[in-house]
Amino acid sequence: MVDPPRRVALFATCLVDLAAPEIAEASASLLRAAGLQVDVPEAATCCGQPWWTSGFPGEARRVARGALQAFEAAEAVVVPSGSCAAMVRASYPRLFAGTGDEGRARALAARTHELSSFLVDVLGAEGSGGRFEARVAYHDGCHGLRELGLGRQARRLLAGIEGVELVEIDPPVACCGFGGTFSLRFPQLAEAIADDEIARLEAAEAEVVAAGDPGCLLHLGGRASRRGSRVRFLHLAVLLALARRLA
Amino acid sequence: MNRGSFAAAGTGGPVGRTFEARARALLARPEVRRNLAAAMDRSAVLRQRAFEGVDLGALRAAGEAIRAHTVARLDRHLARWAERAEARGTRVFFAADAGEAVAYVLEVARRRGVRLAVKGKSMISEEVGLNRALEEAGVEVVETDLGEHIQQLAGEPPAHITVPAVHRSRAEVRDLFARAYRAELPDEDPAHLTRFAREVLRERFLAADLGITGVNFAVAETGSIVIVTNEGNGRMCSSLPPVHVALMGMERVVPSFRELAVLLPLLTGSATGQRVTTYVNVVNGPRGPEEPDGPEELHVVVLDNGRSRILRTRYRSILHCIRCGACLNVCPVFRQVGGLAYGSPYGGPIGAVLAPLLEGFDRAGDLPWASSLCGACTEVCPVRIPLHEHLVALRADVARARAAGLERRAFRWWARAWASPGSYGLLARLARFAQRPFVRAGRIPRAPFPLSRWTRGRDLPPVARRTFRERWRRGGVKGGA
Repeated sequence: MVDPPRRVALFATCLVDLAAPEIAEASASLLRAAGLQVDVPEAATCCGQPWWTSGFPGEARRVARGALQAFEAAEAVVVPSGSCAAMVRASYPRLFAGTGDEGRARALAARTHELSSFLVDVLGAEGSGGRFEARVAYHDGCHGLRELGLGRQARRLLAGIEGVELVEIDPPVACCGFGGTFSLRFPQLAEAIADDEIARLEAAEAEVVAAGDPGCLLHLGGRASRRGSRVRFLHLAVLLALARRLA
Repeated sequence: MNRGSFAAAGTGGPVGRTFEARARALLARPEVRRNLAAAMDRSAVLRQRAFEGVDLGALRAAGEAIRAHTVARLDRHLARWAERAEARGTRVFFAADAGEAVAYVLEVARRRGVRLAVKGKSMISEEVGLNRALEEAGVEVVETDLGEHIQQLAGEPPAHITVPAVHRSRAEVRDLFARAYRAELPDEDPAHLTRFAREVLRERFLAADLGITGVNFAVAETGSIVIVTNEGNGRMCSSLPPVHVALMGMERVVPSFRELAVLLPLLTGSATGQRVTTYVNVVNGPRGPEEPDGPEELHVVVLDNGRSRILRTRYRSILHCIRCGACLNVCPVFRQVGGLAYGSPYGGPIGAVLAPLLEGFDRAGDLPWASSLCGACTEVCPVRIPLHEHLVALRADVARARAAGLERRAFRWWARAWASPGSYGLLARLARFAQRPFVRAGRIPRAPFPLSRWTRGRDLPPVARRTFRERWRRGGVKGGA
């Protein structure tokens, strides 16, 4: 993008809206602090991923059309979820392939950005600034990582916060076991995968785990809470906003 | 040793008709998870080392191009291969399905009066159920790949495409050997265990009337078959017994040695982290009139068994697979339960795509869901098969064919509600009301079905007192509208 937009639409995806509204609030605050005007179109409720990955593409299109319509006029769309952003950017063209909405879907895919990528790649943020005293590990969400190439943006933002000691996990990248409805179909398996990742985070002595994906946070946080782990899970936007006293 | 000792020594494979049931049984064996994790971590390090200094991106692209090009003209390459192989005295049999493949091998065994068969690794033999058929016909079958041999002693099928006993520890292997062979094994040093296996297998190689192997590649330009192993057992099986039967999937063909030179290092590097394996056997035909050794007869069974049907679908690229097993090694689901959970010879991401296509949705239709869709498989695949995209597509095909009415209705109803902001908001308010009796200290520790499947091991956050939309509308968001 040659000129950064002045006005953006925030996609407050369903999980964020319903269970973690502070993520969308923090995202809106960060965007406004960057001098942007923020819109929240109500017609966009969900990206449609639960249906797409459950084998119901028709239903997925039905839900996703809400997003196509809601963001029709938006210059840029910012999503505080790597997985939902990947759904729009990487999967919408396939979801709508051969339908009358294919063109709109491709256009929306091109205008849609995950939050950390928008801040760093589009707005050119160097570091986020502010202060937050903690050993922080960043958990890469699989879809953001592999379909959008995310990871370095969030680490750069975190590295710019005074007091943040960024620790790497070994191995640096591993699935949290959420996988959307996978976590309901195979609960024991999903829990076992989460346990492995929590063990890695604990081994790295991370105090706070930041992630750009509400799904990973829901899963890892829910499992850690059940097991009485002391690791805290925060969405990247919330951590950035806390550091800058925006939240 | 008698054949009965195989089953007697074993713990048996996991029972259960669904992936979920088998996975649960395997999760209850903590040593399985431990052994798998150690093996998978080791494989990641080795694979990375094998491709150090190599432009892996370019190599994968070349591998993909070769496979796509070959599979697109599979009939021509296969016909050319068969013609050249037959010219060198190899007997080629095209089997339309598992039954034809098994019947052919049984007929060879009957004609030659085979009592003992030694086997190298062959996934096709697992696919067609060859061992059982031979044993029912009175032929003793001895697996000679060390991992396969361990699994045979344990009474389990292979748990991994390239590392059949990946889920077992050295101590388990020692115990299996000690029980099966009533032998004293002082320690669990892999070198000692391997030497022991070599000694007991050596006499079987010498006594066998039939050698059975798989095929990694069939080279069209020369009519050769290529067998890639580390233990030398493939070479023994293909050269010592008087008859050699090789089994291959019809997609294993490469046009010439030039393509093989690209695919071979991709296979070995991805499979075991080796630049080349200890043995790469190129078999050009049976023993010639002037040659001192080799089998009198060489048969190659080329199996279709549903592959030509797959060729005509959007899943064609699944036939590009070179069976390296790398997608298994990086899969977070496979890492927890191993290959036995899949209930098919083909486990992991490749199996979750291939098994339903080969075996049908009734048998293996739940496998495409056995993935978190993390995409690590697609990222690692040496021939760039979009495995996780195939999984998503296959879920839709399976759902269309056999989704339960209730599930279909539930998803349809949910989509209808979620598609309109009005009903979405109404549902949020309803959920907020309905959740009241379940919230404890800001969390939901126990929820009713279907969310009980979540809360059995994880806390659930409640629907917020005010959703973001509600806060935004009220202008309560800092810096908001």
